Formats: sequence, C-alpha cells, structure tokens
Amino acid sequence: MIKWLKEVGWRYAVVLLVCAFALFPVLFVVSAAINPLGTLGSTGLIPQGASLKNFVDLLTGDHPYTRWFLNSVVIALISAFASLLISVAAAYAFSRMRFRGRRVGLLSILLIQMFPQFLAIVAIFIVFTEVTELYPTFGFNEPWGLLVLYLGGALGVNTYLMKGYLDTVPKEIDESATMDGASHVQTFFRIILPLVGPVLAVTAMLSFIGTINEFLIANVFLRDTEAKTLAVGMYGMLTDKRDANFGMFAAATLLTAVPTVSLFLWLQKYIVSGLTAGAVKG
Amino acid sequence: MTTEVTGAGSASSPHPGSSGQAPDQRSRGGRRGEAEQVRRTRELSTGFIVSRIAVLGIVAALLIYALPPLIRTEAWTALVIVGVVTALVAYLYLTPRHIPAKYLVPGTIFLIAFAIVPIVLTFVTAFTNFGDGHRGTKEEAIRAIETSSVTQVPGSPEYYLTIAERDGELVFLLVDPATKAVQAGTAEGLTPVDGAEVSLTGKVLAAAGYTVIPTAQAAERDAEIAAFSVPTAGGAVKATGLSRAFEGKADKSYDAACDCVTSPSGGRWVADEVEGYFVNAEGEHLDQGWKVDVGFANFKKALTDPTISGHFLNVLIWNFVFAISAVATTFALGMIVALALHSPRVRGTRIYRAMLILPYAMPGFAMLLIWRDMFNTDFGLISKLFGVHDWLGTPTTARLGLIVINLWMGFPYMFLVITGALQAVPRELTDAARIDGASAWAGFRRVTLPLVLVALTPLLISSFGFNFNNFNNIKLVTNGGPYAVDNATVGATDLLISYTYRVAGFDSGVADFGFAAAISVFIFAIVATVSTVAFWRSRAQEEVYS
Repeated sequence: MIKWLKEVGWRYAVVLLVCAFALFPVLFVVSAAINPLGTLGSTGLIPQGASLKNFVDLLTGDHPYTRWFLNSVVIALISAFASLLISVAAAYAFSRMRFRGRRVGLLSILLIQMFPQFLAIVAIFIVFTEVTELYPTFGFNEPWGLLVLYLGGALGVNTYLMKGYLDTVPKEIDESATMDGASHVQTFFRIILPLVGPVLAVTAMLSFIGTINEFLIANVFLRDTEAKTLAVGMYGMLTDKRDANFGMFAAATLLTAVPTVSLFLWLQKYIVSGLTAGAVKG
Repeated sequence: MTTEVTGAGSASSPHPGSSGQAPDQRSRGGRRGEAEQVRRTRELSTGFIVSRIAVLGIVAALLIYALPPLIRTEAWTALVIVGVVTALVAYLYLTPRHIPAKYLVPGTIFLIAFAIVPIVLTFVTAFTNFGDGHRGTKEEAIRAIETSSVTQVPGSPEYYLTIAERDGELVFLLVDPATKAVQAGTAEGLTPVDGAEVSLTGKVLAAAGYTVIPTAQAAERDAEIAAFSVPTAGGAVKATGLSRAFEGKADKSYDAACDCVTSPSGGRWVADEVEGYFVNAEGEHLDQGWKVDVGFANFKKALTDPTISGHFLNVLIWNFVFAISAVATTFALGMIVALALHSPRVRGTRIYRAMLILPYAMPGFAMLLIWRDMFNTDFGLISKLFGVHDWLGTPTTARLGLIVINLWMGFPYMFLVITGALQAVPRELTDAARIDGASAWAGFRRVTLPLVLVALTPLLISSFGFNFNNFNNIKLVTNGGPYAVDNATVGATDLLISYTYRVAGFDSGVADFGFAAAISVFIFAIVATVSTVAFWRSRAQEEVYS
C-alpha cells in the first residue's frame, strides 16, 4: 500500500488537485450562467437554482450578441484559414527548396516576430486612418480591415513551427512524386498538405482561438456596436453594468466556449504533436 | 484540352535551376530515353490556362478597386507602389520561373504591409511629437487656427441651415433668408445648388445629389457639426445649433512675412519649429500645433523626466518580474502534472487531460473578466472563500492575483508541450539512470529536466516574449491599477505595453503617439535582446536551420 502510494497514489493526488484548480473558475461560470438572479453578488460555486433566464436575456436583450458572435467566428475562421495557407506555403518553400536569401528570410521572420504587431498599434492606427479615407471597406469598423491586418502576422512563429514539422517528412516522398511527373503545385497540395493534415488542423485551431481572444487591436479598430467582435463587445457589456449583467456575461462566455472547447476536444490527440512540431525533433 | 508547347519550363513542372532539386532528377525519373524529350515539351493543361486567367482576372480586379481612390486624392507615390507591386505579382504568377517566390510572396506582402511598415513607422514616430495638438502639417495647423477663430461680428451674413450628406461626407445646405438661394457648403467651400425644394421655414426638404439628415439624427452628430466649418473668403461659415448658420470673420490670421499668427486685438504668436507650436511673448501657445521631429526627446523623457522615469523603472521591474514568474510558474505546474500523468499505471489519462486543458480552451478574454469579478472585494468568490479584502486594490495582492490568473490560463499549454517533450525522452536514459542507482529526483534533475529544457527552449523564449507583453491580462483584470493617489497615468500592475496603450490615448485622454512609439521601441529592444541571448545560448537556431 505504501509502495502504491509512493509510485502511483501521489500522481492521482496531484492530478486531482490541479484539476480542481483548473475547473473551479469554469464551475463558477456555469453557476453564474444558470443563476436565475443573474448578479455577481448572488453567485457562488454551487448554483442556487437553475434557469435559462440569462441565456434568454442575452439573446433577446439590447446587446447584439449574435452579431458579435458572427463577426468573431467569420473573422477568426477566414483569418485562420488564410494565414494557415500563407504560412504553410512559405514553410514548404523554406523546407523543400534552396534559393538565394533563404537563410536571411528565415532570420528576418524570426526577428520581425519578436516585434509583436500590437506594439506598432500607434502606427497601425495612423496607417488605417489613411486606409479608412481611401478604402472604407478595409478601414475602421470593418471586419475586412481587421482581417488583412491579422494576416500581417501570418508569416511568423507558425511558419517556423511548420517548417520544422515539414523537415521531419521524408524528402523521398515528394521526390518520388516529382519523378512521377507531379508539378510543384500538385506535390504541395496533393502530397505535402495531406501528410501534415493533423498539424495543420491544430495550428488552424490555435490561430482561430487566438483571433477570437484578440482584444487590443480589435478594441482600437472596432468602435461601432454592430461591428464589434465578442472580445470587444463583451468587455463593453461588463463596463456598463458590472454587477447586474454578470449572469448574462457568464452565459455569453459559455456560448462562446462551445466552438472552441469542442474543437479542442475533437482534435485532442493531435494537439501535443501540433504544439511541439518544430521544437521537438522526433 | 491539352496542347503541346515547348519552352524552358511551365508552372506545372519544377524549374530545375531555381527549385534546388537536382537538375537531372527528371531524367532519373524513369522515363528512360524520353527523358530529354519530356524535359523540353510541357503540357499546356486546362489547369495551366485557368490559373493564368485567374491571375490576370485578380490583378485586373485589384487595380480597378485600388487605383481610383489614389487618383482622386492624387497620392502618386502610393499609386506607383501599387502599380509596381501588382505588375511584379502578375509577372511572378505568369512566368514559370521563380518557384520559391510563388510560395513566399503572399505572406511577404502582408508581412511588409501590416508588420514591417508599422514597425518602421513606429520607429519614425518615436522621433516626433505626433499626438493630440500635433497631428498634421503646419499648413493644416494654420488652417485649423484660422477657421476655429471664426467669430460672429455685427453684420455677418446669416443662413438657414439644413444638415445633409453626400458620399458619406457632412454638407451644410444654406438658404439665404432674403433671396431663398440655396448653397452647399463642404470642407472645400461653397457651391450653388439648383432646384432644391425649400420649405416655408427655410429648411431644405430635398436636393438632388444630397441626402438630408433628419434633425433627430443630426442631433446625435452635433459635436461633428459644431466643429465643421465651410471656408469662405476671409472667414468661414459655422453652425449655431442645428438650423442656423452664420458667415463669420477669422479673428486670427497667418502672416508669412513674420511666420506668425496675429489677431487684430494685438495677439502675436510666432512659429516655434522646435516645439511645433505658435508661441506668444508670454510663452503661451495656441492649441493647434503641427508635427515636428524632436530627436531623442521622447526617449530622454522616458529615462530622465522625473514625473515619468521613476514610474518607468518601476513598470520595467514589475514587467520583468511578471514575465519571469509567469513562465516559471506555468512551467513548474505544467511539469508537475505532466510528470504525474507520465506513467502507464495511471488510468483515465484522457479524461484528466481533457479537464486540464479546459482553461486553455475557454475563451481567454471572457475568463479574465470572470477572474476579475471573482476577485471583487464585496461580491467576489475569493472574498467569500478567503475573507473580504480589496484584492485588486492593493498592489501586492493585485500582482499575486495576476500571477495566479496567468498560471491558470497558461499552465495547460506548458502541460501539453511538456507531455510531448517527455514522450520524446528515450526510455533507455531514465532506465539507465535508475539502474545506476540514481534516486527518482536525481534521475529527473540530471536526465529528464535537461533534455526537456533543451527541447523546449524556443517555446519558453516565445512564452517569455508573450508574457512580457501580456496586454490582455493586465488590461482586462486590473487595467494597470491600483493607481497611486497622486498619479493617474501609471498603476502598480502596469506592464510597458498597457502603459503604452494608455499614453497613446486609445482609452481616453490626451494622445501622445510619439512618446508611446518610443516606449514601443524600448519594449522591442528588451524583448529582442533577451530572446537573442537566450537563442544563442540554446543551440536551437542551428537545429532549425539544418
């Protein structure tokens, strides 16, 4: 028994303890979301009643939650997809081809991504003041402007990770495809992309979640209530009436969590390999 | 539909020279004697033609969209840049050569436009006084000074005013009370309007080409309307309320001879090219200034200005403390859980893992706000459990709270990557250590930990970089607070990035973009130095370049 405790028992103890730490805020959100009173003061860890009132209030109330949800999902989906394509294309070139400026290119990507895009928020603001004048579609309060802005960060750490992962795919595979007469385009889309599929899925998912959570740039960018994303809109919801709106906010949090958490659980078994792709050499 | 063409290559085949593949690969490719023949003749496939038509179509569409606004505003430099870039892109995707570039260019364009240009602009802005009061050129400042000094003098012409819009721009429709003649006033000046429908009270009901804004909606834009002025000879038309306007005389006017602004009442403000203001003999300046280069003044201000530098140093120290403890705590907790689950004898790892990554999968911004309210003094969960205390209102507990919150959000990521790294540690090594008589702790300390650390150094560095600029955590939980009574610009938990955001005036208050940009440059220098040193010390780089 002592031996079991020493070798296995402590593991369960640690894991259960940390699980409790991980879960109690989530439990608190659930409890707040189904709390019929909907205020912060009346919310504890154990729900004092259960009703869907907060959800109904959220969807029928003054805040255009569904609109925000749609904005967020559309921006995050398109940006995840486009940045993934851009990034994996560049990683393919860096991993498979030898050309002048390759080393410099890799180094510059490394250097530039140390300067996070949002540090240049002042300059971005200046640039987009001009852009709004010239091309309103890509200006402030428009999802497209935010979208192209996010794509500026596509060539960055993801390219690095994916290059590392592509390096682990044996070169012989695409060489034999080339010998069979496949063009570089065919090799890329038909051979390489399917091979790295799981990693792509995980990277896309992380980028999707990252975009949904992005607050700094979106907050400068989107001022109209209708144009806001979830992060900006829900922040405003609590600024208005912090105590009274709390239940509604918790309900909104749970609904927002539905797509991200289900993606996570669905892709769970690929996540470890996706995250450690470039860093851990298999 | 296929057609035979001959040539050095086409997009549907790798170009031997530039792709870096061995030049003779194709002849090795099992096409036997035909190899040479195959290399020279290419198939002009449907895909080839469709892709070329698509390229031309996209290029044409882009030009049609992008050029007109540039021509309208006479932005010739931008026009040339757009033209050249589009031409290069078109060439790149039409020619079969330069294959690596085909894969790199899309990302590179976005990188240059939305990452490099802003970075360069940030550096440039750091050397100026750009901000509220110093937004535009000197000419714009003079115009603003002149039009804002317009006052109603006896005998000024008056008009009935109707607020309207054309192409999204505000327009004043002005009706002369005597002649009922209608004029349209824009930021450019006055133009006559023919055939407008005017009511008895002098309101314009409809005018071709203009959209009349109903009074209720116009009232919402009254700040914009009050600031709007229509330049006229020697003055401007301004609104008084929403239905009247007058043509006033400019009180202040610019005199190029003395490079100063004068007013008939005797005021005289001389241009100061160093400060970017018009300054009078008493040293007072007019509100509207212009943008000038200030050299290293912004950097000097951050380091030496007594009202800022003391806070700056505190912010910097806390910034380092936060980033380092964020990485250390998340790594430690992630490691403990990963080790605990790293055993075949633990049942149900899948379920535990799903629960453990939940904090990572929940929407971060929302959970931060939830945490903020859990720390709420009067109603929060933490106060209910541990006793009422002003958790986020006391510097020490606010800082500890932030680290705990960050631990909650960040440890699942570390747990996942460490799990991956542990799986890659060869079993023989740990077994060998045990057989040699090492205790479990020594085996971990001397074998497992170093291997995991080597593998994860790049991720730890980027985690440091991320937490050094963890804007969301600070902004959403404490917003930089608690603030000292005598200072509302820097709070006890401000990171450099949240401080920059506030200085830049995005929340409210006076914007000082130049100074904010200078702090951005500081942050960049710090993160770049730390990362470079760390990268050097791990040999991570070499691995990636191999």
